Amino acid sequence: MSGSSIRVDLQLIADMVDPGARVLDVGCGEGVLLDYLNRFKQADGRGIELSMAGVRAAVAQGLSVIQGDADTDLKDYPSGAFDYVILSQTLQATRNPKLVLRDLLRIGQRAIVSFPNFGFWKVRLGLFFGGHMPVTQTLTYQWFDTPNIHLCTIADFIALCEEEGIVVERSVSLDSKGLIRFDAGGRLSNWLSEQAVFLLRRP
Amino acid sequence: MSDIHSQDDQGAPLPGHRLVLGADKPLHLDCGIDLAPVTIAYSTYGRLNAEKSNAILICHAFTADQYVAETHPVTGKPGWWEELVGPGRILDTDRYFLICTNVLGGCMGSTGPQDINPATDQPWCLNFPVITIADMVRAQVRLIDHLGIAKLFCVIGGSMGGMQTLEWASRYPDRVFSAVPIATAARHSSQNIAFAEVGRQAILADPDFRDGDYPLYGVQPKRGLAVARMAAHITYLSETALQRKFGRNLQGRDTITYGFGADFQVESYLRHQGSSFVDRFDANSYLYITRAMDYFDLAGDHGGSLANAFRGTKVRFCVISFTSDWLFPTYESRAIVHALNAVAANVSFVEVESDKGHDAFLLDEPEFHATLSGFLEGAAEHRGLPRKKETA
Repeated sequence: MSGSSIRVDLQLIADMVDPGARVLDVGCGEGVLLDYLNRFKQADGRGIELSMAGVRAAVAQGLSVIQGDADTDLKDYPSGAFDYVILSQTLQATRNPKLVLRDLLRIGQRAIVSFPNFGFWKVRLGLFFGGHMPVTQTLTYQWFDTPNIHLCTIADFIALCEEEGIVVERSVSLDSKGLIRFDAGGRLSNWLSEQAVFLLRRP
Repeated sequence: MSDIHSQDDQGAPLPGHRLVLGADKPLHLDCGIDLAPVTIAYSTYGRLNAEKSNAILICHAFTADQYVAETHPVTGKPGWWEELVGPGRILDTDRYFLICTNVLGGCMGSTGPQDINPATDQPWCLNFPVITIADMVRAQVRLIDHLGIAKLFCVIGGSMGGMQTLEWASRYPDRVFSAVPIATAARHSSQNIAFAEVGRQAILADPDFRDGDYPLYGVQPKRGLAVARMAAHITYLSETALQRKFGRNLQGRDTITYGFGADFQVESYLRHQGSSFVDRFDANSYLYITRAMDYFDLAGDHGGSLANAFRGTKVRFCVISFTSDWLFPTYESRAIVHALNAVAANVSFVEVESDKGHDAFLLDEPEFHATLSGFLEGAAEHRGLPRKKETA
């Protein structure tokens, strides 16, 4: 099935998870990260995925995944049920990111959130000079078919965390190849990073 | 208790085993009655390992029985889950010990209304106590005790079998490692009860029913039972499946006959379903078992909250539904999943795309089988059971 190599942003998330943790991966897709966490971090991993195709693929691998929607189904979970709740590349596709964020930190002791950075220089220049909605390696959709209805920049996200009183424990942002990493809170990261990963906790 | 080969009413041996709970070990039923003696007829496949950790209890649906993977002794047809059971198959008899009991109230060897009431020396008929899904499970628990199995690796079942699976996981969480409720619900809905009532009324309206005492008169309410089966059978299918299979095709004729014979293939099919059913099923059993399903309400048993039925559970669940199942629609499965989420249970949930209706769980549905296989492999790994042998 899967080897020990996963996408760089997923690896960054996995590195933030303590071994043996209880983890809920919201928007887990076919369960690549969950499988990695179960195998290499001995995690008790569960997943929620919107697409049935993703759910079927994950469950057929033996992962504990349910079909569900981050916007509507997180409310079922009891508070503090997980050590980490992960939302990978999904926040921008939720209808109410602020409520989802609150739920993540209600259900989990910590939340790990990754998202594409709309403040990335190529995105800015693309719109500024090209005049079209940006299409990049992390923003692959056209404006008319994108599920990404709540895109934000790193600066936006940090502002929301401040407004919500959420503590940023760690943050890492990446250039397009995932090779160069920044502290997402740094001055230039909002320009230079294509995506960011935040480790969050309640105050 | 004794474990002997079973015999049907005519004295001809039924294949499989049976466990008899004597008068000293009565089964305490929900209705308050202590039932004894109780016979539990069951089939097994594969071998119980030394640790007794590889047992899977298969719970059959309403009109099925313990002949999961062998030729049926009455109909001569293959077992109802024969495709899933065998060496190297999903329910792998090289690795697992499979058990299936005929449910309490059934008519394939387990105690039911057709058996003799020791107090009167006459068949119970409608004097048989009204049983519940929980009572069926209590009988199964006694068998599992008898086999010396502390914890089942898995309890699995579709439809009414799924209700038993939920009951097991809810009431005996320490004795179940994993549970797979399929095409089922935590309660019989109003519509489910309505269909069950139509079936019962068809039986009750048959003059041969004789207030349930038909065995004493050597007759059977065949017409009523057949109509009950015909109506129920429609609910197990889907409009798409019926249309695909029969459309408006005529049966053995070129034109309509302006009469009430079976002009259409679908009529002929249903009539056949009805008439063949009465050869293998007892009308009183039909009444009792549909009632047991009607009374099933897991949330109702737990103060109205389904989550309370599973609080603190360590059982690994895999809930499976089918898109075209209108008898136990996906939202019933979703309600179970929401309740399990509310107690942070370990749960997988897949809605399988199928146009074959409720009966899809009995049919060749690759996606369903892939889901089941993946879940069981994962559960086996966590239980420390051997992995599937790689075929060369």
